[in-house]
Amino acid sequence: MTMTRRDALKAKAVAAASAAAGMTAPAFAQNIPTARDETELTWSKAPCRFCGTGCSVMVATRNDRVVATHGDAEAEVNRGLNCVKGYFLSKIMYGADRLTMPLLRKRDGVYDKNGEFEEVSWDEAFDVMAEKFKKTLAEKGPEAVGMFGSGQWTVWEGYAASKLYKAGFRSNNIDPNARHCMASAVAGFIRTFGIDEPMGCYDDFEHADAFVLWGSNMAEMHPILWTRLTDRRLSAPETEVVVLSTYRNRCYDLADIEMTFTPQSDLALLNAIARHVIKTGRVNTDFVDKHVNFKRGNTDIGYGLRPEHPLEQAAENADAVGGSSDMTLEEFEEFLEPYTFEYAEELSGVPARRIEALAEIYADPDKKVMSLWTMGVNQHTRGVWVNNMIYNVHLLTGKIAEPGNSPFSLTGQPSACGTAREVGTFAHRLPADLVVANPEHRKVAEEIWKLPEGTVPGWVGAHAVLQNRKLKDGEINAYWIQVNNNLQAAPNLLEETYPGYRNPDNFIVVSDAYPTVTAQAADLVLPTAMWVEKEGAYGNAERRTQFWHQLVHAPGEAKSDLWQLMEFSKRFTTDEVWPAELLDAAPEYRGKTLFEVLYANGNVDAYDISETEAHPNHESDAFGFYVQKGLFEEYARFGRDHGHDLADFDRYHEERGLRWPVVDGKETRWRYREGYDPYVTPGAGVEFYGKPDGRANIFALPYEPPAESPDDEFPFWLVTGRVLEHWHSGSMTDRVPELHKAYPNAMVYMHPEDAGELGLHRGSEVKLTSRRGDMLTRVETRGRNKVPRGLIFVPWFDANQLINKLTLDATDPISKQTDFKKCACKVEAAT
Amino acid sequence: MRFPRTSIQIITLCGVLAAGVAVAQQATISSLRPTPPTQDETPPPMRPAIDASLREVRNYPEQPPVIPHDIEGYEVSANFNKCLSCHARAATGRSQAPMVSVTHYVDRHQQVLAQVSPRRYFCTQCHVTQTDDEPLVTNTFIDIDTLIGMSQDSE
Repeated sequence: MTMTRRDALKAKAVAAASAAAGMTAPAFAQNIPTARDETELTWSKAPCRFCGTGCSVMVATRNDRVVATHGDAEAEVNRGLNCVKGYFLSKIMYGADRLTMPLLRKRDGVYDKNGEFEEVSWDEAFDVMAEKFKKTLAEKGPEAVGMFGSGQWTVWEGYAASKLYKAGFRSNNIDPNARHCMASAVAGFIRTFGIDEPMGCYDDFEHADAFVLWGSNMAEMHPILWTRLTDRRLSAPETEVVVLSTYRNRCYDLADIEMTFTPQSDLALLNAIARHVIKTGRVNTDFVDKHVNFKRGNTDIGYGLRPEHPLEQAAENADAVGGSSDMTLEEFEEFLEPYTFEYAEELSGVPARRIEALAEIYADPDKKVMSLWTMGVNQHTRGVWVNNMIYNVHLLTGKIAEPGNSPFSLTGQPSACGTAREVGTFAHRLPADLVVANPEHRKVAEEIWKLPEGTVPGWVGAHAVLQNRKLKDGEINAYWIQVNNNLQAAPNLLEETYPGYRNPDNFIVVSDAYPTVTAQAADLVLPTAMWVEKEGAYGNAERRTQFWHQLVHAPGEAKSDLWQLMEFSKRFTTDEVWPAELLDAAPEYRGKTLFEVLYANGNVDAYDISETEAHPNHESDAFGFYVQKGLFEEYARFGRDHGHDLADFDRYHEERGLRWPVVDGKETRWRYREGYDPYVTPGAGVEFYGKPDGRANIFALPYEPPAESPDDEFPFWLVTGRVLEHWHSGSMTDRVPELHKAYPNAMVYMHPEDAGELGLHRGSEVKLTSRRGDMLTRVETRGRNKVPRGLIFVPWFDANQLINKLTLDATDPISKQTDFKKCACKVEAAT
Repeated sequence: MRFPRTSIQIITLCGVLAAGVAVAQQATISSLRPTPPTQDETPPPMRPAIDASLREVRNYPEQPPVIPHDIEGYEVSANFNKCLSCHARAATGRSQAPMVSVTHYVDRHQQVLAQVSPRRYFCTQCHVTQTDDEPLVTNTFIDIDTLIGMSQDSE
């Protein structure tokens, strides 16, 4: 029998592994072993490592290895299902190039920015790193250090990082990659409701009569939620699915109404729907009178580019982006007057009759509607507005906060909600919706953290895109990146990201499990334990907090982000990083290490190591107390009795997650609705208690053009995104052979007639060019995505096709989230 | 550490491999991307899906089998499911294709239905075709049979 190259590779991997283990694998299978002690596997629960759906997975381990994974039948989210990525979780930790030792750029035995990577000990790594951070803090202060974290941090990792930066280094220059992902959703929630995260939950899928997808390609990006939606649609034939997107995707296979619209025109479509609801007398006046305020939002707010950019110079409200003034329903109606179906058709290219059909679904008081969105809405220079405008429609009709009536913002990362948002690892936030700019909020944090008043600074730190600009400009000089691959993910990477990493004034640290392109551009790379190599907690898009135990050891010297943060904090004393006036006010803190002040503070070290006996983890073993429990219980104080109640730590290890607020041991499925949400005042029926008057806001907001549109020189819209088989930058999924072979390389989806006119065909090598950079790829004119003429789609998972060389670093001016969905480019045959 | 460390050598192995990568490619430690971001290589050609209809061994019993044949142009929509025209229970006599797993007839509440559950309707959410593109990085996942064999050998 001949061996294929694939078989040979597989055999090689097994042979290598077993050789190292000092054994020979059997050349041929022996008889099937049946003895129980040989066939028994240890099964444990863990949330999936990938998207924000938050599926629970059963993980089988044996001999300190993960050997199988499958969907958790007991989990309400996924009821035994996984998507193809989830089914291959078993293999994500076993890429042969796992990082196992710190790597430092060196020349002649010492650190050199232009040196080659060499293996070093953790001690040497942290010595050099601490020296760089101390030098920066001493010379330029807290505003010159920074951190870029992640919605893939566990809850306690994000919390520990936030404490280290905001209280330890006294720097708010810490932001998560979730800024690229759902910052617009956050700002939308805060503006409309005054409190973050969805009011509904996934149970809405089984209750809704109609589903409206605003730009979301759930069939690929949230496959398990798509199975719930499909289940409902096909089981109950009277239900409907409306799919809105800028190109045909797999969701169209289930669509009753499909609406392919011109990028940016979602603004006009939503106003046309709101107008129709009012014009046809279908406003839920009782609901609106009791629970809604009307606001006129500031317009002409710019595009989040550098301030000297002509578009920012020209923007009237570039310095008052989030402002608004009161108005009435009548004035709102007047504001909407221009947004006829015909005008919306003109801007969007969607036939007026279809827009009306969608508007009728929202207007019909007997139809329960679930609206769903993710990156199409959030990665948008008017993303906050679109979030606000979806809520407008649900609020006008009162279709909100009850089973099946649900505007639902989905998330892309496993703990975008649980960590980035709830822990508040953004540059402007603290836990439980508190913000650094509010002195009362800072005081709450300082009290819980047992720190002197004035420890947490009030200045808003640099957000994701601004961090890159400041690195390039030499304003941030010591920078730590954890759990993300920002060089591949950030916009305009050649002009605004890469230069900052390689700026000779800067020291860049990257913690990762694998050598990503970001690690490649770093000065120090820290090997990191991932997923079930540590104890963790994630929070999904329906407010569900889920825990898991450490199940296997990390390879070599790899350690979790949590261990790295806490161990690094031991290298700083308060005298080195706090100003004299703070130390004078709290002399008892003098000479203490940041570890002692932040983590050995009587809260975090309150739980004995013996509690981890049944399920040990490497961080608790290293520090001598139950680290995760102490961090979680301290963190949970922020939210308990404040609308963000979390259950006791131990309970989460028993449950398949619980949806906060968890009050009297019970989770909350629908917030703001009496009977479901214990925070609603009895008799109020509905109460949007995030706002002082209990009312949500409807915002009057217009259509405004995008930052960049196609023209003669760059005639195509460029849309970027993901594919089902890969997650984010592919650093995990592209190391799983089956996923790689299912979707090996990125490609550009083009309309066949556009390709034909350029003399291209399927498979042609092409160069894509924008004003900022270019990339080589190949043309796909068939397949899962069918784009309209004048638009191309390119996924960003492929390390060898860095599409973000082309994208524009324009952001929503309110949320600071990048628009990865629209810029102008051209396509040429590669020569 | 109080963890059982039965396979410490395997862990060490990964260290050896990664170190090899780092030494071999000092300037660029990334093993997926050989060049700096400023410099692109010619993208590999687009290869068709493997169409040999030979079943691949699963990594573990719960793994959805990969699709060993081409599915380009297959319609799976609200109106028609091309995959089930061969893989549905009643079609397998004629097609000789494997029947969809019995798990696919169960709804969210563990009730067995008369037909494939709508929650399993879109086959490509779990089942994917394969191309001949070799992975850029080897995977050291160890199949349970091999692991059991290794334990037996070491005894």
